[in-house]
Amino acid sequence: MAKQQKSRINDFVLKIANVNGTGSASANSLLMKAVFRMGVPVSGKNFFPSNIQGLPTWYEIRVSKDGYLARSGEVDIMVAMNAQTYARDLQEVAPGGVLLYDSTWPRDRLLSRPDIEIIGVPLARMCNERFANARTRILMKNMAYVGVLAALLELDRGVIVELVKETFAKKPGLIESNQQAIDLGYEYARANLPCPLPLRVKSLGKTSGHIMIDGNTAAALGCVYAGATVGAWYPITPSTSLMDAFKSFCERYRKDSDTGERRYCVVQAEDELAAIGIVLGATWNGARAFTPTSGPGLSLMSEFLGYAYYAELPAVLFDVQRVGPSTGMPTRTQQADLLAAAYASHGDTKHVLLFPADPRECFELAVTAFDLADRLQTPVIVMSDLDIGMNDWMCRDLEWDAEYRPDRGKVLSTEQLDAAKTFHRYVDVDGDGIPQRTLPGVHPRGAYFVRGSGHNQYGGYTEDAVEYQQVVDRLVKKWQTAAKLVPEPKIRRSRKGAAVGIVSLGSCDAAIEEALERLAAKGIQADYCRIRAFPFGKKVRQFLEQHERVFVVEQNRDAQLKTLLLAETQYPATRMQSVLHYGGLPMDHRCVMDALEQYAAQGEAA
Amino acid sequence: MTSIAKPKIVHEGLRRNALGLTVRDYEGGMSTLCAGCGHDSITAAIVQAFFELDIPPHRVAKMSGIGCSSKTPAYFLSASHGFNSVHGRMPSIATGASAANRELHLFGVSGDGDSLSIGIGQFTHALRRNLDMVYIIENNGVYGLTKGQFSASADVGSKAKRGEVNKQPPIDPVQIALALGGSFVARSFSGDKDQLVPLIKAGVRHRGFALIDVISPCVTFNDHEDSTKSYAYAREFNHRAIHADFVPPAAEIKAAYDEGEVLPVDMHDGSRVLLRKVAKDFDPGTRGAALEYIRARHRNGEIVTGLLYIDESEPDMHGVNATVAAPLSRLPYEDLCPGRDALLALQKRFR
Repeated sequence: MAKQQKSRINDFVLKIANVNGTGSASANSLLMKAVFRMGVPVSGKNFFPSNIQGLPTWYEIRVSKDGYLARSGEVDIMVAMNAQTYARDLQEVAPGGVLLYDSTWPRDRLLSRPDIEIIGVPLARMCNERFANARTRILMKNMAYVGVLAALLELDRGVIVELVKETFAKKPGLIESNQQAIDLGYEYARANLPCPLPLRVKSLGKTSGHIMIDGNTAAALGCVYAGATVGAWYPITPSTSLMDAFKSFCERYRKDSDTGERRYCVVQAEDELAAIGIVLGATWNGARAFTPTSGPGLSLMSEFLGYAYYAELPAVLFDVQRVGPSTGMPTRTQQADLLAAAYASHGDTKHVLLFPADPRECFELAVTAFDLADRLQTPVIVMSDLDIGMNDWMCRDLEWDAEYRPDRGKVLSTEQLDAAKTFHRYVDVDGDGIPQRTLPGVHPRGAYFVRGSGHNQYGGYTEDAVEYQQVVDRLVKKWQTAAKLVPEPKIRRSRKGAAVGIVSLGSCDAAIEEALERLAAKGIQADYCRIRAFPFGKKVRQFLEQHERVFVVEQNRDAQLKTLLLAETQYPATRMQSVLHYGGLPMDHRCVMDALEQYAAQGEAA
Repeated sequence: MTSIAKPKIVHEGLRRNALGLTVRDYEGGMSTLCAGCGHDSITAAIVQAFFELDIPPHRVAKMSGIGCSSKTPAYFLSASHGFNSVHGRMPSIATGASAANRELHLFGVSGDGDSLSIGIGQFTHALRRNLDMVYIIENNGVYGLTKGQFSASADVGSKAKRGEVNKQPPIDPVQIALALGGSFVARSFSGDKDQLVPLIKAGVRHRGFALIDVISPCVTFNDHEDSTKSYAYAREFNHRAIHADFVPPAAEIKAAYDEGEVLPVDMHDGSRVLLRKVAKDFDPGTRGAALEYIRARHRNGEIVTGLLYIDESEPDMHGVNATVAAPLSRLPYEDLCPGRDALLALQKRFR
């Protein structure tokens, strides 16, 4: 018998090991949602294979009274439903933890550990006795462990009953059987197991004003609210659910209930080369258009991205990053497309990037992306990742300013063209590097030729050195304007103002926030600058200059953010240090803690 | 895409169309293609067709990819919006343009390299979408700008200027279009303006993807003996199967043809295309028969031309999508944003 662990309420990690294609997703999200509805901060991370059925899959739920949303790096309760990974799952449990397994079949006696509590429940046997259909038996095993956990963790049964009804609202026939399976597990646990465990959930009231949403859904909603009407895409993991969500929102909000007519057009393209072309064709004609993709798609889009930069066409892209290089690991997360996106395409090209840190920012920055793309007449790439895009995150409610109106930038109207004597596409009329543009079909005076070949400021073809340089030099001016318009970094300063700074972006945020709090408790102070856009604005430069040592935290092998900072600022390389996490799983606070603790120790030693 | 500004001289008495415009208003810059290039004749036919259709030039979006053919939009409709895309990718630009503004007349010019090699994917998918556009392939069997390599449309046995003989079978865009469900499939020859102008007009009025493959000899690299894309060859082996006359809406249809020989096709805007059989053994009504006929003639070295297949009943991309009639780019923001209350209500789902 394992040593009895002291009570840990609302502070533990539950991990479920399963086989994909067995319907565990609804059971797992039900568990997570139950914790959320009990008012306890929670996060869920899905580690799934690039496969449809039969391979190992894990779901990790962190329950955190302190509101830490990153992974903790440890597992306290393992539900080991997959014989294939049983040995490894057993090893992962932290000392003093619990392992729950299906005891219908005998387990290898070697698979035991004296320092954890191992609980067997005959899940399959109970389901086989209760349910007749073979597929139902498999599915219900998952619901049965939900019931066991509900008893062990003291989850609110009323909340669970409600969630079952909601989960199967569209298939009411399934409500009863699922509830039965949950009750089976629950009753077994109450009768045979030490309920509740020292690790358990207790209502807390810390989740009101919050929702659980994934970044792709939130980004899609942002596209709807920004007024995007044309979406083009080629399905690719992990971005696919973004367009699925956009379509489903549009079916709800943009379909005429009488005529069935749609106020949007989504084109599933033949490939990403076409997807970005469709976006550009649409923005050329004045629609707000976007494409969601991931690394391999971004590579294919490069040629047209250079075109859009040079011909100055708006476009919004969502790069939901996955692990590269090449096909890489499509269902694992990384931030390794930073350089490829920043300088996509041949020739001198640079692109505006936005870095959301969570689903709420995916929603907000999606809207910002469309405004910036229109204002700057250039592609804007929202750099999300699989962790943000596909996992459910707890975040503050989404808000909408009813006064918001899209910034369509310098598009000349019929009246303006009527009044104008002439129109020249690439003349810097206002001195901010942003020219005026016209839309096809609006006015005879607005006609011009969009071209990726050398052009002068009047839009005419040129092979003249001076005329060519005049245009590309103006694009530099526009880039400087962009640096002033993009979202500022989020800066968190320690009370005294530290000499050490952390610079990071995107989904590293939750782990860094946790690391900072834990470091502060140990007396180690650091300031933190979360970059939200490229080009880097003044505040990023200032933050760098204010710190004698900067740790750049990012999720790739080659320190791509650091490379960008070195290329685009004057900050010396010798004062920058990388903290890199790139194995494909969402990062936890430990790598940041280690780096800063080590640095602090060096300082003390010196 | 080079072009030289052309002085606009309008003679009094020059014919004006219903908009009061002369044919000069439909011209573009001076061509910089080789003297005698087939493409320039096609350009002239395009100018003529739009002039006769009374379409305001700024309501036309002319698009192209890369290559000699793709330079030509600079030579017609200078008052239209132009888009010179990257190589082989014009169909995706056209798809997006149509998605955003379905009221524009989309007019694409491509070549055999642009459409049948680098861009064959996009070409076939625009066709499959039945995108509402005219798509002209200026087909000369050769890469001009890179100086004379065979293209994918070169016939087996055709000889390059430098003597090399092509051994790979040609890709025929007309056969592709027939096989993939193209709703308007035509072929012509740049030297046959009488045939080409009405084809372009019918293509513009067709709702859906109107493919017009035009044999357009390259005088510099592919107009020699033993070429099957030369002027001499095209003239000798042009097999006119069917002639299409275009009749605008409200125009009186004169009984120029004997009943039974003419098949009228009603277009969506009220205009009409009259199909007149030239080859007695050609049946324009079915896709399979057209395909078989073209194959059989091609085995004899003949090029079958005319409006080879037309089906006005196929829905275009917007028909399939059930898009609203107004261009999406002109919908007011209020019709697109669900608003603050909807967002509040929606979030119940995420709690």
